[in-house]
Amino acid sequence: MPAPTTPKVPGTYIFDVADNGRAYALNRMLGSFKDPRNREMFSADEAAYCDAYKLNPEQKEAILQRDWNRMLDLGGSIFYVFKLAVMDKKSMQDLGGIFTGMTTEEFVAALKAGGRHFG
Amino acid sequence: MAEVIWGLATSHVPSIGAAMDNHKTEDAYWKPLFDGYAPARAWMAEHTPDVAIIVYNDHANAIDLAMMPTFAIGTADEYQVADEGWGPRNVPVVKGAPELSRHLLGSLVDDGFDMTVCQELEVDHGLTVPLSVYCPEPGDEWPCAVVPLLVNVIQYPQPTAARCLALGEALGKAIRSFPENIKVAVFGTGGMSHQLAGARAGLINEDFDRMFLKAIETDPESLAALSREDYVREAGSEGIEMIMWLIMRGALGSEISRVHDTYHVPASNTAAALALFENVAAKTTA
Repeated sequence: MPAPTTPKVPGTYIFDVADNGRAYALNRMLGSFKDPRNREMFSADEAAYCDAYKLNPEQKEAILQRDWNRMLDLGGSIFYVFKLAVMDKKSMQDLGGIFTGMTTEEFVAALKAGGRHFG
Repeated sequence: MAEVIWGLATSHVPSIGAAMDNHKTEDAYWKPLFDGYAPARAWMAEHTPDVAIIVYNDHANAIDLAMMPTFAIGTADEYQVADEGWGPRNVPVVKGAPELSRHLLGSLVDDGFDMTVCQELEVDHGLTVPLSVYCPEPGDEWPCAVVPLLVNVIQYPQPTAARCLALGEALGKAIRSFPENIKVAVFGTGGMSHQLAGARAGLINEDFDRMFLKAIETDPESLAALSREDYVREAGSEGIEMIMWLIMRGALGSEISRVHDTYHVPASNTAAALALFENVAAKTTA
């Protein structure tokens, strides 16, 4: 019997164990920001901090460029990615706008109007 | 013997905690949500448990991606409040109920639920926000001890909804066999529909949420029959948190009555709800 596969739902990241494997260094680094000393070290030299956590070139570029969509595409978990967003003083609504091609104001307005509906 | 006196289902959105911490509950944005909580809070204040078992998920804080237990239980004397990346919430340390934890663990493992054991655990918004929903102004300490019960909902494969309901039933049995005469409340947290990332970010599915809010009381088996894919498709990638409500529901047993519920959109990116159920069976034996 084949192993059960992760479902595919359009427009949706379903973070799974394979994502954990390919993005392990990326998420591990993002998770380190729960410690205030690590937040300071990252801010002092972002590239060196990425290297210390052995990020590959794609992961490092996504972090340094704050390419939020790419972080998710590379297997970043939103709960880990969000820790960097907070350091940049971005809210989950700011990220929601970025993920959907809206301004933050448009995204917040869509939520206030009852949220976005699909299918 | 111990008994489950009530079950509370509630969203655990971090911004709900921040609204309380920053005194924004009277702001136009937040007031409707907190007004909706008021009748449930008043009732719970008259029906205080000795221990709350809080079913929740960690969000990249105490548990990292090196090890991801499917189900885990805290057995510590106390649980510190986590720094999630922006400083810990200014709320009291969470006192444990280690004897009850150990009893539940033994009973659950005997019943085939092989829990991971957490002797040290920092608790994040997934646990502290529901405590604040119950008790908005705890002062120097929370009004009850807590047993944290963790569920992996952030990495596929999560446990199935059916397994969550079955765990809840085993949890209820475990609580009722604890030899001390204590009152226990069970919290099921998370939800309702929401999706944080991807092209569907901002998803809200009120029809699904309303169906779930009704069926969690009257027909939890129908919710247990839904697949993980059903939950993600209908309620969003983070809406699958709602499977944790089924653990609370299973622990309550069959004779329950709805005390109060409320539903509000939005709490930041999320549809937020609260549903409070009294265990009628416990009431008649008290």
